[in-house]
Amino acid sequence: MNPIKFTIDGIRIEATAGQTIMEAADAAGIYIPRLCAHPELKPYGSCRVCTVLVNGRPQSSCTQPASDGLVVENNSEQTQHIRRDIIEMLFVEGNHYCMFCEKSGNCELQAIAYRFGITAPKFALQFPAQNVDATHPDIFIDRNRCILCARCVRASRDIDGKNVFQFLGRGAKRHLGINSDANLKNSNIDVTDRAIGICPVGALLPKRVGFHTAVGQRLYDIEPIGTAIERRRSAEPA
Amino acid sequence: MTTTTGDRRIVIEPVTRVEGHGKVSILLDEDNKVKQARLHIVEFRGFERFIQGRLLWEVPVLVQRLCGICPVSHHLAAAKALDRIVGADKLTPTAEKMRLLMHHGQFLQSHALHFFHLCSPDLLFGFDADVAMRNVIGVAAAHRDLAVQGVMMRKFGQEIIKATAGKKIHGTGAIPGGINKNLSIAERDGFLKDIGQMMTWARGVVDIARGYTIDNLATLADFGSLDSNYLSLAAADGSYEIYDGGLRATTCDGEIIFDHVDNQLYDQYLNEEVRPWSYMKFPFIKSLGPEHGWYRVGPLARVNNADRFTTPEAEQARQEFAAVTDGKPCHVTMGYHWARMIELLHSVECIQQLLNDTDLQGTDLVVNGERRAEGVGIIEAPRGTLFHHYKVDEKDQVTMANLIVSTTSNNEPMNRSVQKVAEDHLSGRMEITEGMLNHIEVAIRAYDPCLSCATHAMGQMPLTIELYDHEGTRIDERVRG
Ligand code: SF4
Ligand code: FES
Repeated sequence: MNPIKFTIDGIRIEATAGQTIMEAADAAGIYIPRLCAHPELKPYGSCRVCTVLVNGRPQSSCTQPASDGLVVENNSEQTQHIRRDIIEMLFVEGNHYCMFCEKSGNCELQAIAYRFGITAPKFALQFPAQNVDATHPDIFIDRNRCILCARCVRASRDIDGKNVFQFLGRGAKRHLGINSDANLKNSNIDVTDRAIGICPVGALLPKRVGFHTAVGQRLYDIEPIGTAIERRRSAEPA
Repeated sequence: MTTTTGDRRIVIEPVTRVEGHGKVSILLDEDNKVKQARLHIVEFRGFERFIQGRLLWEVPVLVQRLCGICPVSHHLAAAKALDRIVGADKLTPTAEKMRLLMHHGQFLQSHALHFFHLCSPDLLFGFDADVAMRNVIGVAAAHRDLAVQGVMMRKFGQEIIKATAGKKIHGTGAIPGGINKNLSIAERDGFLKDIGQMMTWARGVVDIARGYTIDNLATLADFGSLDSNYLSLAAADGSYEIYDGGLRATTCDGEIIFDHVDNQLYDQYLNEEVRPWSYMKFPFIKSLGPEHGWYRVGPLARVNNADRFTTPEAEQARQEFAAVTDGKPCHVTMGYHWARMIELLHSVECIQQLLNDTDLQGTDLVVNGERRAEGVGIIEAPRGTLFHHYKVDEKDQVTMANLIVSTTSNNEPMNRSVQKVAEDHLSGRMEITEGMLNHIEVAIRAYDPCLSCATHAMGQMPLTIELYDHEGTRIDERVRG
């Protein structure tokens, strides 16, 4: 079968049938920012950080299949503007105190904000009342930092085969709930579950390992988010 | 300066060169003599509440936000309290020595900042000097080499902090049960290159502080000085100690009130009194009661309380210091500056020793033991004894936090020193000069108070000096922002 051919920012890209725009871009070494998407999980399309313009219309690249002749804008003023606003909204809708968050330096939300040069959000902070579930001996949820990306929901269901998490409530009241019961202790989650390590932020974490990695040695101290993908492109012969 | 009709109202520039801000009010009697002087601090006790419910391993990183000047002290005091909670009763040599190195780096940078930027203008130009001259810019102009030394010593200390804590401010190095990094050979060699220069400069500042104090002893002897009790940590053998050891309290005659007190039991020996006019608490030694149990902490207290320093040059300097008072405790408030520089020298000597210790390149960084529900961590911060006390539940969440910071311990003495200086310099005079007001500033500054941290505020507060007549009418005010 002939490969699918389309362009991202004028660069010719090839994709195989069934690939999303994001997957094809990744393979070609073009980084599209993302938060809910993860290579081990089925696309979900909730955060919209991966918004691109497809033939001029905003679409989430993690869910949009690649097809012949598409003209995709990834790095344009308009897409950057949309993404920036989305990222800033995620910050003000939660209580994200990077200065004492143990995920700092390893957090995808923080790393993306740095990539976008966001130092302080322009929207008003909402300071939502959120809680911490520390009932489990080895795992905790800090809902102050949850961005409702559903990575844990999908990983628990599709990888761990447990279905520990679900979302409860609507709109601004939407929050991460536990399927089995009111709290983590009563669930069948285990510290080795894939759901734990897959959270992009500091909302779902194993206990007692916070700050064990020194500043300077954390993931995004070493290189900005997206660099690994972009390296694929620069490594290719011209 | 502003004047209003009726009550004469003069706006006076207040305590500029302390970290954070407060307010001084001076009440006169019918003869315009000082009846009472008080240092007020606006309190913001949000912190102890904020930390409730947070996870215990976040605490050493979180609490540093109390203070922009000595975050490392809070970081380490909290880590020590958490060591206790996670059952790490003995850290690995690498963890212990990395933390010590961090602590001495903090002492060096904090003391260098205080001496060169905050107090040297007073010492070099005199209290009554023109305010345009009496600041760090004036020092830079008239004593360029000294100003450069100040900057370089502070920078060296900050780089030590970065190498041990990960960042110059608000690092993450100390974790419950240990440390998260060791010192690389490259980092070590970078410091070894400059340590000789630091030693030379440290000796130089001790000479300046000693020379100044001895030359001006006649004036300084009584300047805001107090026959006080002293509290500090001391090592088991009575040596100077800033990271570990037991609590030692001594009287103004140098008699021991208590010694080798287990950190965990501090609240059996100390109490905190609340007074209606101040938001800051007044800690006191229980056995002496609130009236007589107040005490001083910080450089003067530590040097007075220490039987000896463990490093040769600081010990030599201590002996010279002690000789001035025939081995008795020194009560001269301005003696804080000399004592502070002896400590700076000691920290540089300790840094030198530590850099040559291969334990710093070890890889065994964290230990854990039997979990406890409560822990106290006490260290000597640059400004004095610092207490962190936490309780946690079985879910690893903090349920209680109590902090006594150095400036809180020095609260009563600072009030007394201000009163004394006010009595000696302001009584009966209605003309308030810049130089006279600066005498009050100088007295407060000797303690190197960190007012924002003492009241657990996240930001800064303005400082005002107010003068009230015997009817309680405010007749003068100066605001220095
Ligand atoms: S806990 Fe983490 S992975 Fe789960 S929804 Fe919230 S942010 Fe996403
Ligand atoms: S990454 Fe595509 S919508 Fe979240």
